[in-house]
Amino acid sequence: MSDIHTISPRKPLLEVRNLVTQFPLRTGLFKAVNDLSFSIEQGKTLCVVGESGSGKSVTARSILQIVDSPGEIASGSIILNTADGKSVDLAKLHPRSKAIRDIRGRDIAMIFQEPMSSLSPVHTVGDQITEVLRLHMKMTKQQARDEAINLLRQVEIPNPEQAIDRYAFQYSGGMRQRAMIAMALACKPQLLIADEPTTALDVTTQAEILDLIARLQKSFGMAVLFITHDMGVVAQIADDVLVMHHGVAKEYGPVEQIFHAPQDPYTKMLIGSVLKLEQKAEIRLARPPLDTTAKPILEVRNLSQHFGTLKALDDVSISLLPGETLGIVGESGSGKTTMGRAIMRLYDPTGGEMLYRKADGSVVDLAKIGGTALKEARRELRMVFQDPFGSLNPRMTVAQVIGEPLLVNGIMRGKELDERVCQLMEQVGLDPRGRERYPHAFSGGQRQRIGIARAITLKPRIIVADEATSALDVSVRFQVLDLLMKLQDELQLAYIFISHDIGVIRYMCDRVGVMYRGKLVEVGEAEKVCNAPDHPYTQALLSAIPRPDPRDRDRSRRFRYVEPATPLIQSTLVKNGSSAR
Amino acid sequence: MLKFIAKRLLWMIPSLFAVSFLAFVLIQLPPGDYVTTYIATLAASNEVIDQNTAASLRERFGLGDPMLVQYVKWMWGILSRGDFGISFEWQQPVSGLIWERMALTLVLAVASLLATWAIALPIGVYSAVRKYSVGDYLFTAFSFFGLSVPSFLLALLLMYVAAVEFGQDVGGLFSPEYETASWSIAKMLDLLGHLWLPVAILAVSSTASLIRVMRANMLDELPKPYVTTARAKGLSEFRLLTKYPMRIALNPFISTIAWLLPNLISGSVVVAIVLNLPTAAPLLLQSLMAQDMYLAGAFVLLICALTLIGSLISDILLALVDPRIRLE
Repeated sequence: MSDIHTISPRKPLLEVRNLVTQFPLRTGLFKAVNDLSFSIEQGKTLCVVGESGSGKSVTARSILQIVDSPGEIASGSIILNTADGKSVDLAKLHPRSKAIRDIRGRDIAMIFQEPMSSLSPVHTVGDQITEVLRLHMKMTKQQARDEAINLLRQVEIPNPEQAIDRYAFQYSGGMRQRAMIAMALACKPQLLIADEPTTALDVTTQAEILDLIARLQKSFGMAVLFITHDMGVVAQIADDVLVMHHGVAKEYGPVEQIFHAPQDPYTKMLIGSVLKLEQKAEIRLARPPLDTTAKPILEVRNLSQHFGTLKALDDVSISLLPGETLGIVGESGSGKTTMGRAIMRLYDPTGGEMLYRKADGSVVDLAKIGGTALKEARRELRMVFQDPFGSLNPRMTVAQVIGEPLLVNGIMRGKELDERVCQLMEQVGLDPRGRERYPHAFSGGQRQRIGIARAITLKPRIIVADEATSALDVSVRFQVLDLLMKLQDELQLAYIFISHDIGVIRYMCDRVGVMYRGKLVEVGEAEKVCNAPDHPYTQALLSAIPRPDPRDRDRSRRFRYVEPATPLIQSTLVKNGSSAR
Repeated sequence: MLKFIAKRLLWMIPSLFAVSFLAFVLIQLPPGDYVTTYIATLAASNEVIDQNTAASLRERFGLGDPMLVQYVKWMWGILSRGDFGISFEWQQPVSGLIWERMALTLVLAVASLLATWAIALPIGVYSAVRKYSVGDYLFTAFSFFGLSVPSFLLALLLMYVAAVEFGQDVGGLFSPEYETASWSIAKMLDLLGHLWLPVAILAVSSTASLIRVMRANMLDELPKPYVTTARAKGLSEFRLLTKYPMRIALNPFISTIAWLLPNLISGSVVVAIVLNLPTAAPLLLQSLMAQDMYLAGAFVLLICALTLIGSLISDILLALVDPRIRLE
């Protein structure tokens, strides 16, 4: 760790020294945070970055002494130097003491990753904001209510007088996080701890929330401890960066140094993996160009999928060539997941056709067929899901999970099945000796490999991958993407790759379709769409992606796409009520 | 909301008709009727009734009519005059028999319900917050004990202790001198004096399961992020527990009101018989055994009505306390 901080005239706001936070386990002590030291200057932003399990969240929670039981601070000090000159060691306070409770919410406030579940579902937003004001500022009910309305206005929630009496589930994702911020800033804290506050949000919403935090930070003169796994965000907002891995600090220094002169190999790997997403994969560049004259394996024509009044898919037409990777990109609610599921015929489409060309050249319409014909087609169309934890049955061994398609289709059994499972596991880079173990014994990346093995079991021709790498850490993400591309070449697969992450799309897709509110607004070569798109929505989407370079912080080039208003669209907007802004 | 309630109330009408008809058919299903049972009882005491008397009895009770006619007559009586028919066995109008018993049943049920909740909910919360502590294990042991001991055994035991050790007057809900007296403050006090025993017995068995349910509900809520948010705001542990997770953990209990009401009548039969309580349950059992069909029918109808009303009340309450249900 390098010590580059020059001694400032003032004491830093928060000094953490040799912090150890541990969790007692049956097998011994697990040190989630191990001998960590850093400090935060007044008004500055420190980004703590790391992959899952790096201990960055536990660090944040240790500061406020709200580590989930049975975790506890074992040693070290957390000195808070408040503006009035007092210093407190937070590590010495009892987690339930009045002293620490007075600091929580007043001097140090915190916002969390999941704005929906972090707000109570049965209390109004106003109730939860006024509570802090009444607790710490000793305001009367009316004063607190007025102040809460004022706060909601500051975080740019429209109609704060009405919004204050609404519930969290009546807000959109971005508005919920705004309400959380309003709640955290209610008592004008000197330090805001933000634990992955934008991870659950779309890029355009993320950009707005980051702007909001930056603006309020300036006007309140507040320091921010920002926890994230996204190096792009770090580059955009950090003054200093702390890189964590397995509970220890790998590198600590100013943002410029971390990005342009990283010392530690782990930091280099993190930065490298982000930069890798800025261009197409090497394996792909080396591949001979696709035969674009071939007849498409799948042709979607005028596909519509309505749920009541919601048009999840609205007249979508797109085709997929054999061996091609077609990316579908869009924000939440754009209909990209519906598209994947409609192609799998998990829904009955409202209109349109999906023409699938079988290996023997005959064509079936997936939108119309049923019974045996559909069953047969589904063997050749498989799916890989987003959540590597939820998509595997925890009570089935890996061999059962992978072998199930063969078993239920009556293709193989016994020894033959076992051999095929081993072969599949080797193909996706897993050790077949682990096949009798259960999914919980595997890491996220390994589980996603299991999901992929299950998808290729029946030798499919098309695989629909719905956000297949979104839940994975960057370092693992590439391994899975590279695996998918290797399998594509080996098995002549065509992919429909659904993602919200333009970087992933650019890395592995041949062509991209951009979805917006159920419509396909742009289709084209990946290179073109990801770098010089034609449609204003795609341009706005690209402009909102945080660039992983601290020297490139021009916020002015970012803009938000406003749909040309038509009466029809206006009415659906009001009905959804999700994007009030 | 009003529209929802109105709709639900309208739906109750056909449901009640369907259920009452089904109840009527079920009661008629066993071979024979009240007169057969009556003759059998008399025969047991060596009295013989000739065929003519039996036939005239059947005619008087309208038992000779086809079942459908009997049903329509019965329903018509209820709807037009509030007349539930005559109890053959008691030779009295059914309505005169059931209402007082229903009122006492209600008193007993509400009292034991309140006792149960007052004991079980705090213990459940405590057990969840102090999971795997000595106190948790102690209460867990107690609740499994309460679950496993049959309530009639507990009733006999407590009666014995109360009567023999403390010389208390046990059994029934009133002392003999008040049994037929009209309502007065003295009678109320007498009722309260007798109520504790059945309430205690009924509470023990239901407390046990309720503690487990509350503990599980709380354990589901405690690790949720909104609890951490509340903690990060600086709320005291007691305040944040009562305001957030407890509030949500209580919601499932509101749904249970639906089956609490019908349980009032049919749930505590054994205890009511052992303690000789003048509640509805023993009378229902007796009427079913004697094939006293109008009395039994009235009870079954009431149970069904209470089930429907109960679920309506719990749905309304749930909508009131949980905005997710009310507003979505």
